[in-house]
Amino acid sequence: MTAATARRRPAVPWPALITRDRGGLVGTVLLVLIVLVALAGPLVMPHSSTAVLGTPGHGPAGGAPLGLDFLGRDVLSRLLAGGRSVLLLGGAATLVIYLAGLAIGLTAGYAQSFADPVLMRAVDVILSFPALLVMLLFVTAFGGGPGVLVGAAALVLFPGVARIVRTATTEVMTKGFVEAAVARGERAPAIMRREVLPNIVAPIVADLGIRFSWAIILIASVNYLGLGLRPPTADWGLMISENREIISTNPLAVLAPAAMLALLVIAVNLVGDAYVRQRSRSGGDQ
Amino acid sequence: MGMATPPAMSAVAPIDADDPAIRAARHPVAAFLLRRVGGAVLSLVAATILIFIATNVLPGNAAVVVLGKNATPAQVHKLESELGLSHSEVRRYASWLGGMLHGDFGQSAVAVAEGRPDASISGTLASPLADSGILAGLTAILLIPLTLALGALAGLRAGRRADHLISVPALVAGGLPEFVTGTALIFVFFTALKVLPPVALLGPGQSPFTTPKALILPILTLLAVAVGAGVRQVRAGMIEVLQQDYVLFARLNGIPELRVLLRYALRNALAPSVQIIAQNLQYLVGGIIVVESVFSYPGIGTYLVNAVTSRDVNEVQAAAMILATLYVGINIVADLIVMFLVPRLRTAMS
Repeated sequence: MTAATARRRPAVPWPALITRDRGGLVGTVLLVLIVLVALAGPLVMPHSSTAVLGTPGHGPAGGAPLGLDFLGRDVLSRLLAGGRSVLLLGGAATLVIYLAGLAIGLTAGYAQSFADPVLMRAVDVILSFPALLVMLLFVTAFGGGPGVLVGAAALVLFPGVARIVRTATTEVMTKGFVEAAVARGERAPAIMRREVLPNIVAPIVADLGIRFSWAIILIASVNYLGLGLRPPTADWGLMISENREIISTNPLAVLAPAAMLALLVIAVNLVGDAYVRQRSRSGGDQ
Repeated sequence: MGMATPPAMSAVAPIDADDPAIRAARHPVAAFLLRRVGGAVLSLVAATILIFIATNVLPGNAAVVVLGKNATPAQVHKLESELGLSHSEVRRYASWLGGMLHGDFGQSAVAVAEGRPDASISGTLASPLADSGILAGLTAILLIPLTLALGALAGLRAGRRADHLISVPALVAGGLPEFVTGTALIFVFFTALKVLPPVALLGPGQSPFTTPKALILPILTLLAVAVGAGVRQVRAGMIEVLQQDYVLFARLNGIPELRVLLRYALRNALAPSVQIIAQNLQYLVGGIIVVESVFSYPGIGTYLVNAVTSRDVNEVQAAAMILATLYVGINIVADLIVMFLVPRLRTAMS
């Protein structure tokens, strides 16, 4: 690649940016595999995820390669069924985080009036509490349903996005092309969409991996504590805590879901880091 | 922030030494302290409101939830009046707030419902707080030097083998949820090696120091997450400092490398590190909630989780308020330490 093309802004589309990085490639392959397992798993599981097959805590045997759980259900089937909630809830929370973060960050950064300090102080207040504590307060108030988990994780994590968006927007607002658009008499929504948004994409995407993994971890933690999704739901977080008593008789009942969660978080972080690293290397972050 | 706004001055006002704006200019540290404490008080007021709302929007009220669906209206009515639930929300909020200022966190809803003689929450908080303090304190003592040493070493050897040996495990450990790390440690040290206990249960009034082995895994779990996250940031700070001109000139002046590192690089890398360590200590406040549950350790985190499980809203209020106060407090202390370490920030911050 020549110096001239390297200096160009989006010389490489972002998927290629990630997969040409070694860590990013490993992360992408892992992530695709885990998403496949999580989404297609319920279709190919050998048994029902709630059927009792034999002695609780039985080790791996012919029909159950990962053994049985604390109630005698098939661990492999529950593992295949238990990723969907992790991905869907984490994904939904991330979507809400970015919608709220963009709306508030853009408004604050664009308005540069009373709305800015008011919105940003509200953001500061949320950030001054431990995330899990806010999650638990939400669960206390509204119970541990899927909607509550998504809403609580979004409330805890969107302020960080709002801050990033606001900072980036404030910076873009000083640029000549925004002044030109204002001078042409364009309306605020059009300016935000056409002038501001395309120029703040990089810092927002750079943050995506870490937000997604935090959303997954926060929701999984509440499920682990037994305060989120209710049994007999199969969920990787819940599986780890409900099988802790049988860790000596069938360790796989605990280790398999723990490994899936760990690999998922590592894969997401690898992909996110690769994007940031390659982006700054190709000079796109300037 | 509203607190620092100077009063309007007319153009010909005589110079008044007591004018807040002038005093602020003369005492930037005091002004900064005032603003930070003001901000913290606002945060805590917001916390009381958030916590009160979260524990009072329950469908039905605390009495119904604690007694269960089969309770008779008479039982519910009796508990309601015992807990003061018949008063208005505003009055209940005010009396909760007033009580807390005197160290009184009210009565446990479950204990009152069961008719226990002493239902006061304040008395039951001392032991979990002490146990959590021991767990978090021991972790912090190990956490700070480990984060600084590993982070500085990785920064000094950036891109080389020592860096990879530190950075890669740190990246993995720092990103994992506590219960995954804790479960993995239980598997290795209890199930496989049989050298450490999987739980840190304590009898009533028993000090954690009587079973020191039980503390090892909880501390290791907290360390893995916190050190992992901190090392990366300290490393980045160290790399940045090493590229500064004063390090280059110190080296060109023939100052021994060790002295350059200790006196020039490390000292300047320390200032941002204090904030990283503050974040780590703040992390502990939230991290103990999960870690204590993983190991059944009877601290304030387990207390909170049990309170949420049994829907004892008064206990939830107390534990949440304590954790929020610690979180905000650590933040202020860290800011002050940074300010005293790095004089040039004293003017920039105010």
